[in-house]
Order: sequence, then C-alpha cells, then structure tokens
Amino acid sequence: MATDVEEAVGPAAALLQTLQERFPCPIAEGVAALGEVTLTLDVAVLLEAVRFLRDDPAMLFKVLVDICGVDYPDREQRFEVVYHLLSLKHNRRLRLKVVTDEMTPVPSIVGVYSSAGWFEREAWDMYGILFADNPDLRRILTDYGFEGHPLRKDFPLTGFVEVRYDDEQKRVVYEPVKLRQDFRSWDFLSPWEGEGGLLPGDEKAKLPDGGAGGAP
Amino acid sequence: MPDIEMKNYAINFGPQHPAAHGVLRLVLEMDGEVVERADPHIGLLHRGTEKLIEYRPYLQNIPYFDRLDYCAMLMQEHAYVLAVEKLLEITPPARALWIRTLLDELTRIMNHLLNLTTMALDIGAMTPLLWMFEEREKLMTFHEAITGARMHANYYRFGGVNRDLPADMVARLYQWLDEFPKAFDDFDNLLTENRIFKQRTVDIGIVEPDQALDWGFSGPMLRGSGVAWDLRKAQPYAAYDQVEFDIPVGRNGDCYDRYLVRMLEVRESLKIMRQCLDKMPEGPVRIQDQKITPPRRAEMKRSMEALIHHFKLYTEGVHVPPGESYGAVESAKGEFGVYLVSDGTNKPYRCKIRSPGYVHLQAMDFMGKGHMLADIVSIIASLDIVFGEIDR
Repeated sequence: MATDVEEAVGPAAALLQTLQERFPCPIAEGVAALGEVTLTLDVAVLLEAVRFLRDDPAMLFKVLVDICGVDYPDREQRFEVVYHLLSLKHNRRLRLKVVTDEMTPVPSIVGVYSSAGWFEREAWDMYGILFADNPDLRRILTDYGFEGHPLRKDFPLTGFVEVRYDDEQKRVVYEPVKLRQDFRSWDFLSPWEGEGGLLPGDEKAKLPDGGAGGAP
Repeated sequence: MPDIEMKNYAINFGPQHPAAHGVLRLVLEMDGEVVERADPHIGLLHRGTEKLIEYRPYLQNIPYFDRLDYCAMLMQEHAYVLAVEKLLEITPPARALWIRTLLDELTRIMNHLLNLTTMALDIGAMTPLLWMFEEREKLMTFHEAITGARMHANYYRFGGVNRDLPADMVARLYQWLDEFPKAFDDFDNLLTENRIFKQRTVDIGIVEPDQALDWGFSGPMLRGSGVAWDLRKAQPYAAYDQVEFDIPVGRNGDCYDRYLVRMLEVRESLKIMRQCLDKMPEGPVRIQDQKITPPRRAEMKRSMEALIHHFKLYTEGVHVPPGESYGAVESAKGEFGVYLVSDGTNKPYRCKIRSPGYVHLQAMDFMGKGHMLADIVSIIASLDIVFGEIDR
C-alpha cells in the first residue's frame, strides 16, 4: 500500500503546483494526503476554477462525482462544501473545498456540470447551504413541508416531529417526538487517551497552595 | 372547425407503481401521450443513514451499507471499508482481497440478474424473471453460506473479511459456474433478439457520451454510451489488477445498449469469479492488529490482553486517525463512493455516500423528454435504480 500512496502523491503534487500557479492568491490551502489532492478555494474563484479544471487539456475533470456539505459549528464560517471531481482522461481525482456560512450563498456550478443540480439541492436540504443561481433549489430528500436541516450537528438525531396514521381523522398526523426512553449516546472515548485534560480527581493534586486536597 | 384549447396535464407515476422500482414519485407533464417534463420526487425512503452513521462507532456502521442498495450489498460495504482502510493505512492480506473480489462479482451477477429480468418484466416479458430468479436464489444460498445472511451480509471488515469461506464453497461455486451459463444462454436467447423487446428499448433514452459525462454517469450507464471507463481497470482495488476481464461498451447509448452491456458484464463477472477460485491463495483473511481486528477466540480464553482488546474493540471501537478519504468501487450500478471525514475519534465526523442511482435518476428529465409515457418505463428500468441508495 505504501508504494501505491507514493505513486499517487507524485502526480498529486504536480497537479497542486499547476493549480497554485494558475490561481496564485485565492487558493488558501492545498493538501496532498493519502494519495488524494485537496484544494481549498476562495468562493469568488470557484466558478472560474471549476471551468478551468473541466476544460483545460491538462486537467479535463469532466465528471463531477459528488458535492457535499460538512458542518463545523465551532467555526466562524461553519460549512465546508466539498466537490469531488474525476478526470477520465488522466485518471485522477481532485477534491475542492469552499467555506461558507448560513447566510452567504455559494455560486452554483449547474452551468458547468449538469449533475450538480441535485447535489446542490441535497446540500441545501441537509445543511441549509445556499447556492446562488441554482434554478431549482427545492428540498429533495426530506418530507414535504419539512423544517430544519437535519445533517447539521445541532439537529438532534431523533428529530422534532413524528408521524402516524390517525384513524379518526383518516390521515397522517404530525406530532412532537415522544421518546419512551431518553436518547442514549454513549461516550466511549477513553479518559486515558482523551484530550490530555485532567482526569477526575487530579485537580486536587495541583492546588496552588500545595495542599493535599480541598477538604473543607 | 371550432378551436379546441389544448392543455398539458400532469400525471403522477408512482410512488406505488410496480414499474417505478421502489418508491419513485415521478410527476410527468404530458402533452397527450408525450412527456414534456419529468420531475422525480425522491426521499420517500429517506432514513437519514448519513446522520445515523455519525452517531455510531466505525464498525457498527457496516450494516448500514448493506441496506443502501439492497440488491448489491457487499460492494457498498467495500467502498466504506476501503475509505476506512485508507485512513488507517492498512492493507488486508491477499486472501481477503481475493474473497472480496469473488464476492463483489457474485453480488454483481445477483444485481444484474435482478435488473435485467425486471426490465423484461416491465416491458411485458415475465418468463425471464422466473427463470433467472431461480439462479439468483442459488447465489443467495452461496451468499448466505459465506457471509451468514441472504442479503444483509455485514461481512467485510477493516483489514479483511469476517471469516474464511466454508470448506466446500469452492467446489460448489465451480459447479455453479459450470451450470449457470446454460441457464443464462437460455435467457439470452429468449429475450435479447425478441422483436417486442427491441421495439421497446432500441433508440429509447439515448445518451451521448458527452451528455453522460456531463450528467456524472458511471457504470453500465456510462459504458452503454460508449465510454470505456471502469474503476476496476482504471483504479484497481482488491485483486482486480490480477484478473483478466474485458469491459463491454455500448455504441448507441440507448436502453437496449445498456441492457446488452449488463448482459455481457454478467459473463465477464463469471470469468472473474472463476479466476478468483483458481488463483485464491491460502492464508489469513484479516490482518492481526488487535487495535483493529479482534483476537482469536482461543486466545481470548487464555490471554488477559486479548480479552481486553476484544472488549475495547466492541465497546469503544476503532480510533481512526484524523483526516479525510474517499473510497470508491465500481458497484453494479456505477461508481459508489464514500467520503469520510474523521476527527480522530471512534465515530465518523461526516460520511457522505455517493450513490450512482441518485446521479442517474437526476438525468431522468432530459432522457425522458419527448418520449412516450410507455418509454418512461423502459428508461427507468435501464437506469437500474434502487431506492435504498438513492434516498439513503
């Protein structure tokens, strides 16, 4: 496997360099890891860059494989939009990233790749990422009339409403979720390998006055 | 003659129509018998798989992948396992790679038999389904003997597969490989040159190569349009670089060509399966790294360390180094990819599932435009869509 990775990183580094020469300033970051190339682009050059990557004879990334969002609630611009491109001619993959927040729209690339339409709809549906100029930015996977964006990290796994068929009203009714048992999410992270913070009880050993403990 | 006001009207196709291959709701804007616009409404089978995956340790997520495309189960596990293995930087032992290749092809045949025969059924030929499901059932039996389940296998593991093949499996598969081509030839002779079948599929839903790329097609859909692209050849994984097979390519990009491509792919898969059985080496089926794979049972009875490893592995699970990876396989329907973002804990931070059916169904509008209502059925059948993976 190690040789595979080395072989893949060679062309990856070359690709990275070409792109950095073509778009000098807006590329914030380029990483080649595990044989995959990732570029973080400025939103402003996204369209231009994608067009260049599709049409330049040295690139020819003709296929848009995927678009997806990733949510990092702690960041100022919480969403990453990740594009996966594939070049059949050169047998290469490329990952592009742009960052955005709930309010700032990302330019839609439907004009460049027709397949972007549903991917952008899904990112909108799941994360609430806005895409400017997408002609059909409706929800796609969630229910008709659904509220919220379920893949955001602050959206609970259990959701907010549940549905059932009501025999009296002869229709499906929506009700707030009632859990018979509290939602359980176990934290299996070992305290011994955790973040390097204090272990329970250790805080007593480090009192400034050098005392052996905080006994009242 | 009085002026008659013509009006387009919309009809609902599905979600409970048997030819919709699941819960597809297709809103068709019709001008008489001709489709003007097709608007697929999907998501009726949305289960939030990606969200659930974020709440489970890596190992517990494998079964979710069986349930995406429930006609080609193991290939999806394969994509996920590849993505995790890439992050862990491990490679399974040779035997495991060959077993994966063998089972991927077995699943591909199962999937294609389902798709080809239901396509025939949609168009009005019932016999192929009955004939081929008998063979498919035999494959399911092998599947069950190897993995433990007829459908939802949960068989691939990080660093290998769950267990070795049963003792008599190789002989049984050889026997099946000898018998199956005859049944398949019968099916081929019955349907491929059938006049009605050809009338319903030839020149229906034509996709030019450029369009296929623009719409992100992959798998038989792309090859049906004449683009020779197969991840098994281009970016080989498992043992595909050590087997010989051809890539069937269509010429016209219509429903009939896609049908033919799948027919030929079944035959190529048979070739690959035979080579797997011939060349499969002996040896372990998973790596012996106790931080990733469980220790042997016998060891656990004696060694305290093995017991602790076992306990930690099945409660806390594998810690995957931070980073991101994309694992892709040539699944029966096209490129099935898994994009993983790991934050170094025992659960994925983000897992995006790239399913081929989702991309193909999106092109329904441009493929169906200008066709008759009955042709929509042929086109849907040739897309090979399964809603488990589209809706996720």
